[in-house]
Amino acid sequence: MSETALPDRTGAFQARLRKRYASERRFKALGLCAVLFSVGVLAILLVTMTMNGIGGFQRAELAVPVDFSKAELAIDPQRLNDKDAIQALELAGLPLLIDNSAEQTLGRKAADELGSEAWREAARDIIADPSLLKRKAVLNLPTSKDLASALRGDGHEELRAQARDLVAKGQLARNFDPGFLARADATDAQMVGIWGALKGSMLTMFVTLLLAFPVGVLAALYLEEYAAKNRWTEIIEVSINNLAAVPSIIFGLLGLAVFLWIFPNYRSAPLIGGMTLALMTMPVIVISGRNAIKAVPPSIRDGALAIGASPVQVVFHHVLPLALPGILTGTIIGMARALGETAPLLMIGMRAFVATPPDGFTSPATALPVQIFLWSDEIDRGFVERTSAAIIILLIFLLVMNGLAIYLRNRFEKKW
Amino acid sequence: MVTTLPATATMLPESELSDPQSGLIPKMSARSVSVYYGAKQAVDDVSIDIQTKYVTAFIGPSGCGKSTFLRALNRMNDTIPGARVDGEIMLDGEDIYRSGMDVVHLRARVGMVFQKPNPFPKSIYENIAYGPRIHGLAEGKAELDAIVEKSLRRAGLWEEVKDRLADSGTALSGGQQQRLCIARAIAVDPEVILMDEPCSALDPIATAKIEELIDELRGRYAIVIVTHSMQQAARVSQRTAFFHLGKMVEYGKTSDIFTNPREERTKDYITGRYG
Repeated sequence: MSETALPDRTGAFQARLRKRYASERRFKALGLCAVLFSVGVLAILLVTMTMNGIGGFQRAELAVPVDFSKAELAIDPQRLNDKDAIQALELAGLPLLIDNSAEQTLGRKAADELGSEAWREAARDIIADPSLLKRKAVLNLPTSKDLASALRGDGHEELRAQARDLVAKGQLARNFDPGFLARADATDAQMVGIWGALKGSMLTMFVTLLLAFPVGVLAALYLEEYAAKNRWTEIIEVSINNLAAVPSIIFGLLGLAVFLWIFPNYRSAPLIGGMTLALMTMPVIVISGRNAIKAVPPSIRDGALAIGASPVQVVFHHVLPLALPGILTGTIIGMARALGETAPLLMIGMRAFVATPPDGFTSPATALPVQIFLWSDEIDRGFVERTSAAIIILLIFLLVMNGLAIYLRNRFEKKW
Repeated sequence: MVTTLPATATMLPESELSDPQSGLIPKMSARSVSVYYGAKQAVDDVSIDIQTKYVTAFIGPSGCGKSTFLRALNRMNDTIPGARVDGEIMLDGEDIYRSGMDVVHLRARVGMVFQKPNPFPKSIYENIAYGPRIHGLAEGKAELDAIVEKSLRRAGLWEEVKDRLADSGTALSGGQQQRLCIARAIAVDPEVILMDEPCSALDPIATAKIEELIDELRGRYAIVIVTHSMQQAARVSQRTAFFHLGKMVEYGKTSDIFTNPREERTKDYITGRYG
């Protein structure tokens, strides 16, 4: 209806109309501001993380030409498949060979700045490609942390000059370090990797999901569909809601006091971590699950009951499939919170220095957020970039997990 | 209101439309049934006999207890917390409220169609096949296919949906959805079909189709229909019960109730004095 057609054109009416439009405009503007603010903050976070973190995927490496064919390492190629191949190569004199080769081409001073673990990298290269033993090759080996920080522009002027010199000769460079995604924690920032923490997180999340999802969904189903509405149900409801609001460190104390008391040998294990985080995640799944179950139209239940479906059939054939998208949303939120949780894991010993990736649910492990926390505490500047890189990995893990859940949710989603 | 009146020729001869007392064994009979929601009494001392091959209509103003009584006939009230039923409701001489009565089996024998069409958000085929499957009525896919086709044919929906059985049941129009729900109820081979205002959410054309369908179905089942529309009761039913304030005021042949009611209250309601 056009404004001229309005029945009432008095001043008061016009004023009211103006006020209404103005408040609408105000509301829209405020909403837009809120959205822009959140998008802006997110963008700042992602940009800083990426800029700082890119360096974390690189490390300073010296290019060392080694002529294996001349050196004749005394090793049987068969032994390279053994578990202790690295030790065998050490006994065969690989560290000395690397050191000599570096001295010949780079000079004694530069050879001294080769990382103490550099020969291990060479050994891994050989294990990956045994044909190296028969030819000449240029190996990119990690430098000491001093030279790495000199390359970054820190430290003694003398070392910085040496770094500049090596860079000019093309012998020193920051290279992409794929090993970062394959190694575990180390004392030297040049040698650290994220795989140990990532695998620890994956194992922990798996245990959490396995425990919290079925327990949470069944609890929600029982409370919504079966439980009599009386005082006891109310008390249980309130307790579950309170459980969701308990500070996470309390759950850590519980894990310490109960789970580690029952399984004293599994300190630092993903199994205990997962159990502790499951306690924290379960109430979130129960609450969102109950809301999703409540949102299933009662007419669907009536329809199924009226053709003679038993209550269990109604729940599992009709209510649960319809509520599943909502339950999954709650599960994402709960799991995302658990993934980023540090405090409870500190309490059950997952903050230990673990230099090898865990090989099972019961071996000592650490988790991504704990690893980030530990690295951020290090004095060595090399850890700053590694920390940012670890945060990027954590965020990617989170995105992948959420993406998977969203995919599942869309697959199950039904319209009526 | 646009309607197609069912042809009178399909109705039972008037002689068969005898009173409950005339020797026909009732399919269901209620004796002194009262239903309470907590402390509130919704149905007060109702006794009625329901015959096979008849359509029985329950009419009355809103809140008179007719839907509540209907839901008592297949124990759908059990799902409402605090609901309680007194008295006796017999199905083929067996009290459906006795302990040990299997509610699941009862509801397979006494089917129900609701006010708002409520197809499952599954395919048309699955909507029909669900009941026979959970009751184990079909062995193998071929038998199940046959039941689905038979049910959809009886509900007059087969021609419209036979090429899109895999489509979602919720994608159908309102009237088609309601016929799908009727087909779903038929698929488990019930003896009684309860209909709770099945046309109140439908337009006149879809209503006419449902009414035709009810008339076709009554040869096989005992049908009880709750309706707000007195014209509808007059068109589709052979027996009418008038409910008021939880009591059944009058029950008899539809023609008698509408042309020659015994009770003053029935007459007032039918002539539109209240309701």
